[in-house]
Amino acid sequence: MTENKNPYLPDLATVIKVIDETPNIKSYQVILNDPEKMKMFSYEPGQVGQLSVFGVGESTFVINSPPTRMDYLQFSVMRVGEVTSVIHELHEGDQIGVRAPLGNWFPYEDMKGKKILFIGGGIGLAPLRTLILFMLDNRADYGDITILYGSRTPPDLCYKDDLKEWESRSDVSLILTVDTEYPGWDKRTGFVPTVLNEIAPSPEDTIAITCGPPIMIKFVLQNLAKLNFKDENIITTLEARMKCGIGICGRCNIGSKYICKDGPVFSLAQLKEYRAEI
Amino acid sequence: MADTGFVQKEKLNDFLNELSKDAVVYAPCLEGDTVIFKAFDSGTTLCLDRPANNPPKLVVFPQSETLFSFKYKKDAEDPRKMSVELEANTDFPRAIIFGARPCDAKGFRIYDSVYIDTNTPDPYYKGRREKTMIATLCCSAPSPGCFCVAVGGGPAHREGSDVLITQLEKGYFIEPVTEKGRAILNVPRIEDGEQYAEEAHKRQLESHDLVRNPFAEDGQPKISRALFDLDEFWEHVVSKCLSCGACTYLCPTCYCFNITDEQALNNGERIRSWDGCMFSHFTLEGSGHNPRPTKFKRFKNRVGHKFLYYPEKYNGVIACCGCGRCIRHCPVSVDISEIVSYLRGPRFEFTNEPPESMGTDTNSQEQKQ
Repeated sequence: MTENKNPYLPDLATVIKVIDETPNIKSYQVILNDPEKMKMFSYEPGQVGQLSVFGVGESTFVINSPPTRMDYLQFSVMRVGEVTSVIHELHEGDQIGVRAPLGNWFPYEDMKGKKILFIGGGIGLAPLRTLILFMLDNRADYGDITILYGSRTPPDLCYKDDLKEWESRSDVSLILTVDTEYPGWDKRTGFVPTVLNEIAPSPEDTIAITCGPPIMIKFVLQNLAKLNFKDENIITTLEARMKCGIGICGRCNIGSKYICKDGPVFSLAQLKEYRAEI
Repeated sequence: MADTGFVQKEKLNDFLNELSKDAVVYAPCLEGDTVIFKAFDSGTTLCLDRPANNPPKLVVFPQSETLFSFKYKKDAEDPRKMSVELEANTDFPRAIIFGARPCDAKGFRIYDSVYIDTNTPDPYYKGRREKTMIATLCCSAPSPGCFCVAVGGGPAHREGSDVLITQLEKGYFIEPVTEKGRAILNVPRIEDGEQYAEEAHKRQLESHDLVRNPFAEDGQPKISRALFDLDEFWEHVVSKCLSCGACTYLCPTCYCFNITDEQALNNGERIRSWDGCMFSHFTLEGSGHNPRPTKFKRFKNRVGHKFLYYPEKYNGVIACCGCGRCIRHCPVSVDISEIVSYLRGPRFEFTNEPPESMGTDTNSQEQKQ
């Protein structure tokens, strides 16, 4: 069986590594049990998948490892609800289900030659991570890369190893912030949208890509507009409660568009056209 | 072979028994005072006098169905490890819906675009749909709330039906609409219908003009986007809604669902069940964020889906078949046809008092107090 024609039937997969990212976020590296399927698996940066714990249910997460590094698929999971709490109990070797890839992806072809500004908050760095690593693996295709990332406190910062590496690279500019002062924190403090205003990046030839909690996205979009970024140069990736992942079950629509199928990646220009309430 | 058939009135039960030999026949049957679609057998009482309270969508889209079963197994080599086996449900029995109304049949066409004509067809809906024959009874008179003619349907509309049945004085004229429907002419106890054809076709046209059209003379409402996007409009027109969700469960075109798991020991099933966009938890995220946090937003989405979003996606087709069930059975008389007729604009001013044209039923409010 090489083709899975039933869109609800997950592929069986094995957790090969669990990484503690923050007090309530863990990353899971998984491989599909069928080696042929794993070999043939292909996706684009920004696409998502549904993780199943059989007996508990499914939830949607972005594949946050890039397609340029195909040893495993990585998903990061914040413990917030029923399914995510059970996923947090999983260990190496445990069996899960994966339905992926789902949805659209970042228009990385259109970004070639441009300066890239990533703006992330909390676990919102996950989808950005996929694209950041993808761009770093194709570094020559892109101009300056700036990453503005914030979380509530320093322990809440995700992907600390990546952050260290990006900080050390001369071809990436990393700006970190936490909401308020914290013992031992000597970098910026303040909410991400505020820090965005402080660093005031030029919109010239620049694509801004943002993801974070809804309230952060809302103010980042407003502030990017104030910085004269054009709507079509502002990209975000949205989240919603999802069940089917194929644009049927009715939860994640913005007007006639479904985040699971037509998204999750949208430009601000598109969101305005769809009259999204952000 | 004859092109049409006829079943004498007193032979209808026998005819249905013949049909039941080859498939599960779902027909509108009396249950107390209500008429509901259920599997027909010798103990059920058929009722074709009025549209069933529920639509027959449950035949193709069951209220609850198994998507697949899973089995955890201990690894023989390493008992600490568990493997999982999945088995998809492919058991879709042959079915006949007898006595659907034209609106009900049209409802399946609304489903088809979403569930079948896509790059990820739904194997469960498709499997059942292919094995189901829809025999539709033309309406001889509209029921309260009906407005099929306003949304592209009609009392003898054929879209979605495999067979059209017309009730005449002496019995039922039976007319195949699709190739699948022709099979009904092979059932024993059916006579040649030719001599009744003229009377039936005349009868089919009779009730069309009796159906109310709340939108416009030419059907197909044009919605004012300015009014649609006005929060106050929705707060005004749906303030009495209880968010009970009855409208969604009784709607032939509402297709939202939930997916949940059930497990006992090492075996379990992943189950799909009807859900409804009128419930607050429908879009509630694990974080507590809810993109449609109020009943106004949820109602706007329901009306928007049927009259704006779906038409935008599927060639202008309205995802409402005008069956009127949500109007007849709403406990507080929310009327979608009334709301859509207001949505055609022009934009009117909101005051503390509802404008006369809003038709608020003050009597019923007084009764409640």
